[in-house]
Amino acid sequence: MIHRIHQWRDSDVGASFLASPVAWVSFLVTFACVFGAAFSPWVAPHNPFDLATLDLSDARLPPTWIEGGRAAYLLGTDDQGRDMLSAILYGMRISLAVGFASVLLSVVIGVVMGLLAGYMGGWLDVFFMRLCDVMLSFPAILIALLIAGVGRALFPDAHESLAFGVLVISITLPGWVQYARTVRASTLVESRKEYVMAAQVIGVASHRIMFRHVLPNVVGPILVLATIHVATAIITEATLSFLGVGVPPTSPSLGTLIRIGNDYLFSGEWWIIVFPGLALIVLAVAVNLLGDWMRDAFNPRLRSGR
Amino acid sequence: MSQPVLQVKDLIVEFPQRRGILRALDGVSLSVEPGEILGLVGESGAGKSMTGSAVIGLLDPPGRITSGEVWVRGRRIDGLAEAEMRQVRGREIGAVFQDPLTALNPLYTVGQQLIETIQTHLGLGAAQARKEAIALLNETGIPAAEQRIDQYPHQFSGGMRQRVVIALALCAQPQLVVADEPTTALDVSIQAQIIGLLKRVCKERGAAVLLITHDMGVIAETCDRVAVMYSGRVVEEGPVAQVIRVPRHPYTSGLMAAIPDIDQETHRLAHIPGSMPRLDALPLGCGFHPRCAFADDQCRGSRPPLKHLEGKTAAACWHLDALGPATEREVPGQGLAFSGPQPITVRPEAQLQIEPENALAPLVEVRGLSRTFDVSDPWLSRLLSGGKRRHLRAVQEVSLAIPRGKTFALVGESGCGKSTMARMLVGLDRPTQGEVRFDGESLHMALASAQSMALRRRLQMIFQDPFASLNPRWTVGDIVAEPLLEHRLVTSVTELSSQVDSLLASVGLAAKDQQKYPHQFSGGQRQRISIARALATRPEFLVCDEPTSALDVSVQAQVLNLMQDLQGDRGLTYLFISHNLAIVRHLSDEVAVMYLGRIVEKGPTKKVFAAPRHPYTRLLMDAIPRTTGANRDRLPIQGEVPNPLEPPSGCAFHPRCPHATEVCTKESPPVSIFEGVEVACHWPEL
Repeated sequence: MIHRIHQWRDSDVGASFLASPVAWVSFLVTFACVFGAAFSPWVAPHNPFDLATLDLSDARLPPTWIEGGRAAYLLGTDDQGRDMLSAILYGMRISLAVGFASVLLSVVIGVVMGLLAGYMGGWLDVFFMRLCDVMLSFPAILIALLIAGVGRALFPDAHESLAFGVLVISITLPGWVQYARTVRASTLVESRKEYVMAAQVIGVASHRIMFRHVLPNVVGPILVLATIHVATAIITEATLSFLGVGVPPTSPSLGTLIRIGNDYLFSGEWWIIVFPGLALIVLAVAVNLLGDWMRDAFNPRLRSGR
Repeated sequence: MSQPVLQVKDLIVEFPQRRGILRALDGVSLSVEPGEILGLVGESGAGKSMTGSAVIGLLDPPGRITSGEVWVRGRRIDGLAEAEMRQVRGREIGAVFQDPLTALNPLYTVGQQLIETIQTHLGLGAAQARKEAIALLNETGIPAAEQRIDQYPHQFSGGMRQRVVIALALCAQPQLVVADEPTTALDVSIQAQIIGLLKRVCKERGAAVLLITHDMGVIAETCDRVAVMYSGRVVEEGPVAQVIRVPRHPYTSGLMAAIPDIDQETHRLAHIPGSMPRLDALPLGCGFHPRCAFADDQCRGSRPPLKHLEGKTAAACWHLDALGPATEREVPGQGLAFSGPQPITVRPEAQLQIEPENALAPLVEVRGLSRTFDVSDPWLSRLLSGGKRRHLRAVQEVSLAIPRGKTFALVGESGCGKSTMARMLVGLDRPTQGEVRFDGESLHMALASAQSMALRRRLQMIFQDPFASLNPRWTVGDIVAEPLLEHRLVTSVTELSSQVDSLLASVGLAAKDQQKYPHQFSGGQRQRISIARALATRPEFLVCDEPTSALDVSVQAQVLNLMQDLQGDRGLTYLFISHNLAIVRHLSDEVAVMYLGRIVEKGPTKKVFAAPRHPYTRLLMDAIPRTTGANRDRLPIQGEVPNPLEPPSGCAFHPRCPHATEVCTKESPPVSIFEGVEVACHWPEL
């Protein structure tokens, strides 16, 4: 284990990570957010969904350091007496889950389509790429609103349980395009290389050439894209939830919290909107910076002194 | 003696790295007299291009000159500010680079680039600069310079572009031209033209040239003096004839012996074992000692200085006096006193049993093979603009037969269709017409049938680029094991591992190399891995597409020798595709010369090379730079390979042929046979 750490520290990527404060600060922030969200039932001071612990008399308490605040509620409480910090942690959990799930789904769909289009070529390529063009000509939010609306209309009763899935699909549908295009472009380059020709001469089946030979050589840019996409997906989720077509208010995500807080913005209870908003910004910026660093670190042309 | 144009004194170039400092150049000293052509020769990694970049002040960061001096015409130019250096570049030093594609800015016309340079350095008016530019283009042999000056670089062919680059290098009348591999990216026939041009214009203008190349033939035909570099140091220096005929340094003599000679039949090439050390693992003492047969403790311990010898040569070796000139230390049969090739172990069952009745029938027979590519615009654009379908005839009516256990060579310049032939023969591409018969059955029909894997096993391919032909994400073990697994040739993991071991051993690699990744190997070693993979299914027929063109000369000899050994041990049949006639002569039993998709001459190698009948074959052979006959006069092939989309009428070679007559422009030539050599020419007697 120690040997592996040393190996990593001596590698180019490891050294670039340690040398870049932006990289490790953003990594720490991202890690803290993911950790806090994933383990929110244990980390959060309160359970905002346990109605037994809620007390309406605690509603709209300001943060601890402002007069009237209480030590138990570090960032204050919302209109129903829920602890803001706990609500943010639980909300982040939903936001991150939606983000990761939709990015994962986008990557799988995009990579498969890109590999097929790039390696097989012909009408398959034309079909997939025109499909990409069509997807790109719609604003992502519009597609998401459409799907969320259709989903709600089709299953009016099951909406609450389906909301998560509908949200993931609404973010995935416009999201896979970038992966398909990137993978197709790299696949076109890779499949003209001689190692692919060598596999063809040996008689390796096309699907195995695609997934065992070409795929490992095109995943690099995908990891970078996916990291940045997580941030975008979280923001899209927040936007949709803010607009009221996302997750239901019973299991609020960061976007839902912001929407709720929006109602109290002008009545002086600023903390209900500011803290979830800050959490969203910090999370998105940290993930984005991490992605930016990855893009530079994994790009050999930008790497200095090789 | 006048002042040298360029003087480099004890130049040291270093690259600071995270893990320490890499020394790319270690005490290089050179001088170039006015009007002289100094060749800088060495294999990849020797530091020859680095020397060129250091002289013109264009070292890639973080590389920097840490010590030493560069003087141009009595002025010290290392450490000049960038603004001053820009004045020196162009005005004092012109530069010609390897790739004429990237040396010109695609967004400006050739004229704009020339005129800008002329105006910057000579301070002429626009009209006068234009006149000067046209004169330069005429001088560098560009036809219709008046019109072509307003064209963009992409409208010029590769050879023409390199002429423009030379014009650009010369336009400010510099006293020194640094030419870094100016002909490496070009075909042989174009190379001869460009070298002739460079030599002529520099002589006319009295400019000195620092010619950097890996090709000893180019050096022999062009340069006055030569400096041989090895791992960042000059190991030998002197007049070209002296260094080439009587090399003193063991590296130079090894290098010379490793070059196949086009004018002679050689049985086996001498080779230097190992390869150039990497910059992060430079050996102590003499950089060459790990590969040198004469190395002793002194060589391992301390670095030999460049010692001046009689005949104006100098060499850096501790044993110059003991060894004497290389000509006197030749060992009969082995060429030179280097250690022989590594022993090759062959399992007896691997040997192919040739049945007597089959021995006569050729293994591969190609009949009337053609391949046409449809390169038309999409149908919608054709409909709108009224364009016609366009067809590229890559291969036309090629017939040949490859006997078992022999080597058949296909030779030609780029675009002649030899790689398309290779793809069709291994079944990666289907012919438009004609057929390939492999051991009596139709190859492409069999590959489409259910038994295709049984046939696939029998034919394999070795590729050109050892850096692209191995998947960088796979270990060497996995790469070599893949064909065994795909064809279910092994039943257990232990059997797989032992099979891979013995395959690696048969190409001279160790069993422990299984765990490594391709990037941990040198070019020559990678090519060995590629060969091991091709041998895994115990094929009978190997298609080798330029297997050594990406390798250094000394490593090339290793790979060629290995291929010969494997052929002897396993009874392999080779189709050897190459542009290098010397290698073809050395290796092949039969040869076919291709030009624009057709075979122009075909026959036993000995006969074709002894008395080439087709004018193209003759000119091609003449165009190859020789290490032996320095400064011989020759007639390079005129013009360039025509656009294959619009091939010339009649005989495709007629626009470049010195013997072409009326009939050549109209009728395609008949095939006549002379003592077993087939020639497609109207006038084969000429």
